[in-house]
Amino acid sequence: MNNRISAKRRAHSAILKGLIFLCSGITVVLLISLISYIFYRGLGNITWELLTTSRSALKNTIGILPNIIFTFYIILTTLVIVLPVGIGAAIYLNEYAENKRLVSVIEFAAETLTGIPSIIYGLVGYLFFCQRLKMGSSILAGSLTLVIMVLPTIVRTTQEALKTVPYSYREGAVGLGATKWYMIRTIILPSSLDGIVSGAILAIGRIVGESAALIFTAGTAYTLVTNYFDALGTSGGTLSVALYVYVSEHGEFNTGFAIAAILMMIVLFINYSTKLINKRLKKDR
Amino acid sequence: MKNAVEKFMNGLFFICGIVTIIAVLTISIYMIISGLPAIKEIGVWEFITGQVWKSTAADPQFGILPFILTSVYGTLGAVLIGVPVGLMTAVFLSKLSGPKLSAAVNTAVELLAGIPSVVYGLIGMIILVPTIMKTFGLKNGTGLLAAIIVLSIMILPSIISVSRMALNSVPPEYEEASYALGATKIETIFKVSIPAAKSGIAAGIVLGIGRAIGEAMAVMMVAGNVANMPSLFKSVTFLTTAISKEMSYAAGLQRQALYSIALILFFFIMLINIILNVILKRRAGR
Repeated sequence: MNNRISAKRRAHSAILKGLIFLCSGITVVLLISLISYIFYRGLGNITWELLTTSRSALKNTIGILPNIIFTFYIILTTLVIVLPVGIGAAIYLNEYAENKRLVSVIEFAAETLTGIPSIIYGLVGYLFFCQRLKMGSSILAGSLTLVIMVLPTIVRTTQEALKTVPYSYREGAVGLGATKWYMIRTIILPSSLDGIVSGAILAIGRIVGESAALIFTAGTAYTLVTNYFDALGTSGGTLSVALYVYVSEHGEFNTGFAIAAILMMIVLFINYSTKLINKRLKKDR
Repeated sequence: MKNAVEKFMNGLFFICGIVTIIAVLTISIYMIISGLPAIKEIGVWEFITGQVWKSTAADPQFGILPFILTSVYGTLGAVLIGVPVGLMTAVFLSKLSGPKLSAAVNTAVELLAGIPSVVYGLIGMIILVPTIMKTFGLKNGTGLLAAIIVLSIMILPSIISVSRMALNSVPPEYEEASYALGATKIETIFKVSIPAAKSGIAAGIVLGIGRAIGEAMAVMMVAGNVANMPSLFKSVTFLTTAISKEMSYAAGLQRQALYSIALILFFFIMLINIILNVILKRRAGR
């Protein structure tokens, strides 16, 4: 059969096939070399001192402990706010909303939020939270900005999880006389927990990698504040922000690569855990 | 009592539901209110078509044409490199590779999407910029070319994942019909599958454009940040970096002009969002 295809056509196909393999190869090689280079330059620079001290101009030492703590606090604050709101929005869209127009407007708004670049979030967060609400440059203002940014992610993943709960569960619960809220609380939410967790992990990934939205809202400070409630009101840079500051303002490339290696480990971990959850979700079904 | 709880929860969920709408409205209103004063004072035409940006001079000039053109050229360049590579990778994932290899390459794509933009910027600064400097014998490797390369890598994941989904959803009958007519696998892919998936692929490209035009930090680290008119080897400023570069110290009209730049950027992004929505709606309507 193949013999009947002309040499020209065969050559044409071979060239295109070669191109396809070349381009996929580029993508994979690119990723592998990026990751190995970051670890090659970064891992050696991650020292105990770097992880457990703060930066001191006096002793001329560099430490990223405050940035690690700030990153953790911002993740915590953002999730504490965005999870109830996002899950609530998804429940509304999936279980309560009867007005189709309103649902499509909400979904359009969520898509619009996804498309807005982080620098715009940074600017509006600065204008609204830092200036209008007088929060100043603080962990709280940064977290609130990120809440809006990751809200669509939480809404979408929760909605997908809710959709997988079989309709018969709902009918069963209502048939037994359960009220709507009771049914949601005891049947729908527990059944979609895995999906919600995977949304939260995705959100953590975005928060950890974010820099442009945080520079104007949470600032770049690196003074150690351990009390959570004190930290909410103070300015503090996350790891990504610290990477930018060390590299662009101080030319500290070794520290930059150390932070990049830490960020990459977090990215790898997040990717691995979402995979794990998705596998569990598939097995359940 | 039971009824009151039900009503309360219903209201609460409704409020959660409309938070996204409130957020979009608030962002739009803030962008417009804070962006208009400087445009009014400088003059729309002068602002958009002015070729000189000297915000801190004694007689300041606020022309953002260099930023607009740099953003447009930078995005186009990234699309020019990113789309062929991304589309070919999507074709490989969807039509040519086995499930195991497909899963591995897919993980690579997901990881690329997860790398923070500052890390891309760092790699760009350390590897890309010196390489460009040496290859082309320049004094400084920062500039539009470095930014284009970084952006083209950053938009790959969006293009690949959306195009792959579009290619996967092409009805197998189309391809079977093409085989039955004697077309080879590759001919089928390029003459049947890709044309059938074109609106999905377009959505992926538009998504990539949105990502490229909005990227700030990675670009800031490799583009040089001088307000030149765009040229491959010159240090340039994008719309995004024009804002972040001066935000920390700007005051008065200069600060308001930065908000105006953000408004222009916001306008571009909304336009892209609308285009994306139209494409997706048309797809869903089919």
